[in-house]
Amino acid sequence: MKQMNRIHKKLQEDKKLLSIYFTAGYPNLDDTVPIIEKLQDSGADMLEIGLPFSDPLADGPTIQASSTQALKNGMTSVKLFEQLKNIRQTVSIPLIIMGYFNPIMQYGVEAFCKKCAEIGIDGLIVPDLPVDVYHEEYQQIFEKHGLINIFLITPQTSNERIRFIDSVSNGFIYMVSSASVTGAKNTFGNAQTEYFKRIDGMQLKAPQIVGFGISNNHTFNAATHYAKGAIIGSAFIKMITEKGIEGIPAFVSSIKNT
Amino acid sequence: MNTYNVNKKGYYGDFGGAYIPEMLYPNVEELRQQYLAIMGEDSFKEEFNQLLKDYVGRPSPLYFAKRLSQKHGAKIYLKREDLNHTGAHKINNTIGQILLAKRLGKKRIIAETGAGQHGVATATVCALMGIDCVVYMGEIDIKRQAPNVARMKMLGAEVRPALSGSKTLKDATNEAIRDWINNPVDTHYIIGSAIGPHPYPDMVTRFQSIISEEIKWQLKEKEGRENPDYVIACIGGGSNAAGTYYHFLDEATVGIIAVEAAGKGIHSGESAATSQLGKEGIIHGCKTLLMQTNDGQITEPYSISAGLDYPGVGPMHSHLYQSGRGEFFSVTDNDAMKAGLELCKTEGIIPAIESSHALAIFNHKKFKEDDVVVISLSGRGDKDLNTYIDYFDL
Repeated sequence: MKQMNRIHKKLQEDKKLLSIYFTAGYPNLDDTVPIIEKLQDSGADMLEIGLPFSDPLADGPTIQASSTQALKNGMTSVKLFEQLKNIRQTVSIPLIIMGYFNPIMQYGVEAFCKKCAEIGIDGLIVPDLPVDVYHEEYQQIFEKHGLINIFLITPQTSNERIRFIDSVSNGFIYMVSSASVTGAKNTFGNAQTEYFKRIDGMQLKAPQIVGFGISNNHTFNAATHYAKGAIIGSAFIKMITEKGIEGIPAFVSSIKNT
Repeated sequence: MNTYNVNKKGYYGDFGGAYIPEMLYPNVEELRQQYLAIMGEDSFKEEFNQLLKDYVGRPSPLYFAKRLSQKHGAKIYLKREDLNHTGAHKINNTIGQILLAKRLGKKRIIAETGAGQHGVATATVCALMGIDCVVYMGEIDIKRQAPNVARMKMLGAEVRPALSGSKTLKDATNEAIRDWINNPVDTHYIIGSAIGPHPYPDMVTRFQSIISEEIKWQLKEKEGRENPDYVIACIGGGSNAAGTYYHFLDEATVGIIAVEAAGKGIHSGESAATSQLGKEGIIHGCKTLLMQTNDGQITEPYSISAGLDYPGVGPMHSHLYQSGRGEFFSVTDNDAMKAGLELCKTEGIIPAIESSHALAIFNHKKFKEDDVVVISLSGRGDKDLNTYIDYFDL
């Protein structure tokens, strides 16, 4: 019998989920696996492994700088797969690769998906692969390899389009907290709270996990008041730039503990 | 009918589309749904044409270059986009887009610029309309192109340095896109070339198509026929080329020639010859030929001409290349500089270095005596004076 995707299993747990984004190959090329293991041990529920790209349109300065450094360190798709080949011997939480479409296209979409499945990657987030194009051209390939593709919605996404995205979604919806590129914020305003409420009220089939602008316990709690979980990226990158892998346990517990 | 124009879904053959993050979808979709309707309105056309005539100075002359023709053995016409207000073809597009932005109710304009020509053309129309303008420009380009930075400032625009990545045109484009993501409601992004997500390549091409529209009737007056044997243009992203080809795309008797910048040589590692070095990929929201590593990282192009210094080409041009409809040549810095100087001496016209690339075609292709060849002289050389001075030690 086919094993249930780890993302589905995790979404069924009766708790708010903390997902952490980090850039593969940053700060050092070989930090990828130690970061994953330390994050799992520290209590992160799910991870997004950023495959660095030279021109990350949707990212703010923090993540772009980490991507530029990771590329300088020598990170590539081939290298990442090599680093992750035995990851499932030590790590059981869901792992998602987040990467822009061009590097995936150059690797070959089918080959990329196949490799992900072999390693035990559970899903992909490809911010510049629009849901329409995915649905028409790539959905079958992703599904054949048991990969869940995660789509973004924003405060500007129309209800009609949100319904369409929900219908194509098979895991969770990545709910972008505000009209912005990635980056840490200290608080959420009223407009964001209204938006969280509105989406909550739509009773979508896919649970929502909030990303962009989550940086601390306060924003994590605000985001997960309505949503199933939250994703932290830039704030984590900043922390690891300053403190390195040893800073991970304290960082994770500062977010999760009230 | 086989057409080389864009299809309903925004593709030219295999190229084009809109590969954009969801955050950009509402902006791009609004534009996609409305651009043709707005451009088709009588009041829009009237205002656009009036400004092109009275403000830009159109029609730009189609000039028979007699001495150049004698020298190279063909009937050479120059389409004088260099005589437009602001000194290049760029203004055709910015006039069109600012009128569109006004009709969409936008209050703020952003743009990217490499050499600064598109930035100046955008700052100009924003001043004309009294709309706030922010131009993103790579930190390195700001240093290289000080006079254009000053022009933009005089015209009231804010010039913001792009500090990320390689700090040049592609990074300025990334920054402009990020600004648009952060300001999705009140801002319009005026892209300067025939690139970006659909509908940008088609929209920019349509605004620039005035070039080939005029060539048709001007040539009819001079040669008694609308269609030349060849139309020739330089290509970076490819907006002047797209406008020069537009009305000839489906005219099989008209040869389409594109001239790319080979920099220091196609395989020198310092080149912008995308058709030769590029592979299909995604850049700035569209699928097109682009220069990249095997891993899919976009590589930094090089050309002595800042306007041709882009790692991709517009999707229309990728299709013209792949289908064989267009004939592509790559011209080195040295070839282009020589051809530029030749035009100065034979015709008394100092061309932009971008346009000099197109003029260098005669070193690469032999024409027949009675071939009617139209070259887009896309810009004038004032902005390049320092480069000419350094290169020729003037």
